[in-house]
Amino acid sequence: MKKLALSDDILLKIEKPARYLGNEVNHVVKDPKGKIRFAMCFPDVYEIGMSHLGIQILYDLLNAREDVYCERVYSPWMDLDAVMREKKIPLFALESQDPIKDFDFLGITIQYEMCYTNILQVLDLGGIPMLASERGENDPIVIGGGPCAYNPEPLADFFDIFYIGEGETVYDQLMDAYKANKAAGGSREDFLGMAAAIPGLYVPAFYDVAYNEDGTIASFGPNRDCAPAVIEKQVVTDLSSVRYPEKPLVPFIKVTQDRVVLEIQRGCIRGCRFCQAGMVYRPNRERKLDYLKEHADKMLNSTGHDEISLSSLSSSDYSELEELTDYLIRTCENRKVNISLPSLRIDAFSLDVMSKVQDVRKSSLTFAPEAGSQRMRDVINKGLTEEVILKGAADAFAGGWNRVKLYFMLGLPTETEEDIAGIADLANKVAKTFYEIPKGERPGNGRVDVVASTSFFVPKPFTPFQWVRQCTDEEFVAKQKFLSAKMKEQINHKSMRYNWHEFELTKLEGIFARGDRRLGKVLVAAYKNGCIFDSWSEFFNYEGWMKAFEECHVDYAFYVHRERSLDEILPWDFINAGVTKEFLIREYKRAHEEVVTPNCRQGCSGCGCRAYEGGVCYEA
Amino acid sequence: MKLRMRFGKEGIVKFIGHLDIMRYFQKAFRRANVDITYSQGYHPHPCLSFASPLGVGLESRGEYLDMEVNSFDDLEAMKDAVNAQMVEGIVVYSIRHLPDQAKNAMSIIAAADYEVGFREDMVPCDGEQLRAAVESFMSRPEIRVIKKTKKSEREIDIRPLIYQMVVQENGKIFMQVAAGSATNLKPELVMQTLCRLESLEENDYAWLVTRCDMYADKGNEQTGRQLVSLEDFAE
Repeated sequence: MKKLALSDDILLKIEKPARYLGNEVNHVVKDPKGKIRFAMCFPDVYEIGMSHLGIQILYDLLNAREDVYCERVYSPWMDLDAVMREKKIPLFALESQDPIKDFDFLGITIQYEMCYTNILQVLDLGGIPMLASERGENDPIVIGGGPCAYNPEPLADFFDIFYIGEGETVYDQLMDAYKANKAAGGSREDFLGMAAAIPGLYVPAFYDVAYNEDGTIASFGPNRDCAPAVIEKQVVTDLSSVRYPEKPLVPFIKVTQDRVVLEIQRGCIRGCRFCQAGMVYRPNRERKLDYLKEHADKMLNSTGHDEISLSSLSSSDYSELEELTDYLIRTCENRKVNISLPSLRIDAFSLDVMSKVQDVRKSSLTFAPEAGSQRMRDVINKGLTEEVILKGAADAFAGGWNRVKLYFMLGLPTETEEDIAGIADLANKVAKTFYEIPKGERPGNGRVDVVASTSFFVPKPFTPFQWVRQCTDEEFVAKQKFLSAKMKEQINHKSMRYNWHEFELTKLEGIFARGDRRLGKVLVAAYKNGCIFDSWSEFFNYEGWMKAFEECHVDYAFYVHRERSLDEILPWDFINAGVTKEFLIREYKRAHEEVVTPNCRQGCSGCGCRAYEGGVCYEA
Repeated sequence: MKLRMRFGKEGIVKFIGHLDIMRYFQKAFRRANVDITYSQGYHPHPCLSFASPLGVGLESRGEYLDMEVNSFDDLEAMKDAVNAQMVEGIVVYSIRHLPDQAKNAMSIIAAADYEVGFREDMVPCDGEQLRAAVESFMSRPEIRVIKKTKKSEREIDIRPLIYQMVVQENGKIFMQVAAGSATNLKPELVMQTLCRLESLEENDYAWLVTRCDMYADKGNEQTGRQLVSLEDFAE
């Protein structure tokens, strides 16, 4: 019987002990002897980490190699965190229950800025020196990837390697290099040198930064020959010829994404100017219909899940969506499997599909106009018009829906009060559309429920807005209050609700999204002040963060509230993420001219991603 | 068509709670292609019911799950197919066909057997002392305890709910106690009371509890209690 790292008395005392047992359906068991041991980490609680598709892909991919044993590790929840510190139990991987400090690699997926302190927790509890510079020959190589790796600089102190791009591409080369180096008796430094020569891999210790007096970057470049000046993002050209998990892990406890996830495409053709994913995951590449059908069946068979969900940035743009949904509806009907279709644009087709797969009475429809006025939507290149939204709403009401969610952002570049008022106006018009239906014919209880939510805009690297300033707390609060008041003025305000996000978290997200290496010490200070699980409101410790900036004498306004000039050297400029700087500048200017840019299918805008020789750029 | 499955849950899966085990079996039956009957509606759920939830931390060799199926072929083959889908620690011992009018295990369960061992270095006394303590405990005409529920606290006599309690050759305590929705006696409460009344060192963590089997009561007022294992009971 498997031996556990935690004793029974601990497991009986903590919440949800199943988070720490492993042993789930489809977990991989190998004899670790002689294998490269890889601990794959999602630095958040189990239920979040287990819901992440990327980990499932990498787990499958690395374990497909006989000479690698990839296991998983997540952030221990605060109850266990305290026990592990008290009893000095080192953080362990779920499969073998062995301490992660004995592994060859610790891979960390970095999905959002507010998990950075949890990365420090994993290293700290793991007994691995937090600073890469302090690690020795026996410590694991700490490698990071994921969306936040597109600006890895705030984390540069803590990682040995960053992986820029998609996991399917160079992990094999990296594992081969590790083996070769071991066989040759090479050192950690030797291996990092080999890694730096692999395309897409960035070894931060091999680069030096110099700063100007005003705090901006004067120069950034490699300090040795093996390190290239530019790190090239790695992408899969043909997504229908790479591995995709056929036997994903099935957790015991309910996790956030408790279903089969079918990734139908990567990238997005739309080019919304605020959206980092839409830029860095270019070019848009679809998986073939047959590949998806086959994988849907295999994954449903191997997991027994009762739900399947499509994953993509914009499912409606998948060119064979109708064929795919027809197939899924047929196969899932027999299996009594539910289908969930996120990120669909509301139109006649999607309403028809949705009415087939969900209970119209219980579900709500989601629109993401992102901005309230047409002018503002043109600035952000969100090609959605009021006419389309209201037509979609009218069709939805005719189809039986009476609950609508609307998502917006506040604080977008060039935003005026008129733009904000447009949000209230649009929400009101959606409600009005409902009440224009004759009384007896209205769906549900005859009333409509329109929920408008706003988040605050955070400018991200590799977007046309990477140079713009983020609003201050006072500005955000003023905007939110202005909108609250406007919502109450609407004729249909009784059918409307308004939710907003907190600004404190948004500010921190903004600081780290576009931060540089000098923020590393702030992270350590914040962690020491008790900041952890920052994206969990019950743990978010704003004072701890503010104190950390003070202690480190770092003026965060420099990172978050400052408009950059177009010729400033940005901390992430050494990465080629596909979209060229010329394209981003062009888009930045078009945004200010309120000119929309066509999507990739309507016409090529020359973003630079044709260079990858695949996907939408080469569609006939 | 109704089927009743007997399974065991031992080792690290003892930390998986009842609701999670329910979801686990729903998925396992899909993987094993068991033709479970589903309820109607947009969110159909499989017709499964467990005899009695097992507390987190307890092991069992006698868990029961009743299920409704549309069709089945060979039950032995079904058992093998389900076992092929199990994780370490969960084993299906048997699947039996029940008559259509059979009541759910949940509604007929009347008693359960438990075996209570002690963790190494946590045995409260030597074997002879334990034997004497259990004998003294069982010879009491009544054993009054405060039973706490979410709503109230009341004093009850648990002695009539303990049908058997002895120390076995292997040094573990065996007990047969009332179970079911009407009167359910938890082995932990019995152990706590034993320790308190017989002056043994009390340490909840020391006990390793295994549920061995569950029973229905075939008896009536004339015959008295006639317990039959749920595995053999098909009425």
